[in-house]
Amino acid sequence: MMCSSVVMGAKMERTWALARVSALATLIGLIFSALVSTLALAQSNDVITITEGNVEPSPIAITDFIGPDGQASEIGREIAGIISDDLEGSGLFRPLSQAAFFNPPQDASVAPDFADWRPIGADALLIGSAYYNAENMIEVEFYLWDVLRGELIAAGSGSVSEIGKRRISHQIADVVYKKWTGDDGYFDTRIVYVAESGPPEKRIKRLAIMDQDGHNHIFLTDGGSLVLTPRFSQEVQEIAYLNYFNDNPNVYLLDIQSAKSELLGSFPGMSFAPRFSYDGKSLIMSLARSGVTNIFVMDLSTRQTKQLTNTPFIDTSPSFSPDDQQIVFNSDRSGSQQLYVMNRDGSNVRRISRGKGRYATPVWSPRGDIVAFTKMYKGEFYIGVMNSDGSGERLLAKGFLVEGPTWAPNGRVLMYFKQNPTNSDGSGGESYLYRIDITGFNERRIITPEGASDPAWSPFLP
Amino acid sequence: MIARIITLFAALGVLAACETAPNTSGDAAGTGASSSTSSSSSSADSSGSGSEQMTITDELIEIGDRVLFGFDSYELTNEAKSTLAKQASFLAANPSVRITIEGHCDERGTREYNLALGESRASATRDYLVAQGVNPARIKIISYGKERPAVIGSNEDAWRYNRRAVSVIN
Repeated sequence: MMCSSVVMGAKMERTWALARVSALATLIGLIFSALVSTLALAQSNDVITITEGNVEPSPIAITDFIGPDGQASEIGREIAGIISDDLEGSGLFRPLSQAAFFNPPQDASVAPDFADWRPIGADALLIGSAYYNAENMIEVEFYLWDVLRGELIAAGSGSVSEIGKRRISHQIADVVYKKWTGDDGYFDTRIVYVAESGPPEKRIKRLAIMDQDGHNHIFLTDGGSLVLTPRFSQEVQEIAYLNYFNDNPNVYLLDIQSAKSELLGSFPGMSFAPRFSYDGKSLIMSLARSGVTNIFVMDLSTRQTKQLTNTPFIDTSPSFSPDDQQIVFNSDRSGSQQLYVMNRDGSNVRRISRGKGRYATPVWSPRGDIVAFTKMYKGEFYIGVMNSDGSGERLLAKGFLVEGPTWAPNGRVLMYFKQNPTNSDGSGGESYLYRIDITGFNERRIITPEGASDPAWSPFLP
Repeated sequence: MIARIITLFAALGVLAACETAPNTSGDAAGTGASSSTSSSSSSADSSGSGSEQMTITDELIEIGDRVLFGFDSYELTNEAKSTLAKQASFLAANPSVRITIEGHCDERGTREYNLALGESRASATRDYLVAQGVNPARIKIISYGKERPAVIGSNEDAWRYNRRAVSVIN
């Protein structure tokens, strides 16, 4: 049963123009230095190494955005708070306490007196204005300053309706992140995932979507049928997922705007494990039939499918490379689950995972030749990354069950779910979403209204 | 909840009996369980109050409605084959009955792989029944992967009973 009551009113009237102050802008490179240390966990004779990064976050002063009267406005406080939470949550910034600010600006467009900001240890200063205009739109303006050099790094202005206030705040945080780290920000993105409730033997699972920080949470299905493994298309408005509608598990496409689902082709057997190509034209998935699971690709315009693997084994969890020329997938053809890469036509299959244990759920980074995966070894689960040729394996997170990494579109942060053991009385077994920097530091839980699994990070929003 | 779990463990006790019965070990557990099987069977026969569907379902549960698998395996054990031989006889004796075979896994695997593994387990179970003469048109299969555990708990005992293919009367 599809839920039809969901309204995704994300259409923002947005006149957002980021003014690059080219003459003054100085791109600050990687200020923070990632000091990667390693923590070795000895397990009998085997050593599993979890990478744990240490980063010294950049101190940043974020003032409450001011109204036309030069005083902090209520909406200005809210926007500054959202930006501050984003930057702090990334682990790469340390917003300074506003109590320490000597002389908050009364005109955001005037260059600040840096002598007020250097003593409190601010490397960066973000000031701005925000207020409601006569049409009840929020007018927002911001200026990002390099306090040490006394230079304007970025500035911009925009106008949004009430519903767009969180989004414009995330976009400003993205500008700060980009200017300071050199990487694209990921704050103006969304997460689709599976919300879980009820006892383990008949868990109710619903698709839900939210901003990357957990806000603007909306359920997309009503729990009438089991749903699993949602994945965003690059167009953002579509989600492919597995639905047990009428006890026939198959891949469906969900249009987020209309909340309508559509069966994606009818196959003998079960279709599952969908993922879109980066160009949005194809969808790759598994078909299980008669005890054999192979990988197929579907042309989304013609709905024609082509079989890519043909083995008597389990081939599943396929994921395209960013140029759509290669596919990484999971197969047990060697006797246990391992990771393989093949060309997009199914040729040139080669195994890439070489460490101990079983490997699963490979996901190619949107940014390059790195693959994130789930690893199982000696009763523990791990989230890790390796180069697409199998070299350079690093494990980032560990747990009784950690599974299903998904990449932030900037290729720098991973999200996954972590489940606790279940007790025989049915207690325990909670499952929640976490994200971690790929240097292996700053693991943080994403707060969701109920249990959560199978996260998928959106691409950059248009 | 507690009552349901107790019921479930009772059913598993019967199941374990069915799996050990073909062995010639003849240990005390096997003997005790098989006598409980016959007694509950006769009580089912004598109770006229239950619907016929319930009786048939009870009968299938008593002969063994499920087979268990090893870790990351869809190979049928000798015990499983013995149970399935009884299921085939049951289906021959009840020609109007159609079943769905549900393939399941323990929680110690990843979701998508387990969906495939559950399908392999259900398929192996169906193939064996078909080889015993059951018309394949009477059997539907579905995989639930690790989504529907029979026994709650994160321990070997629970995982052992969750790696299963269950025949359910439609």
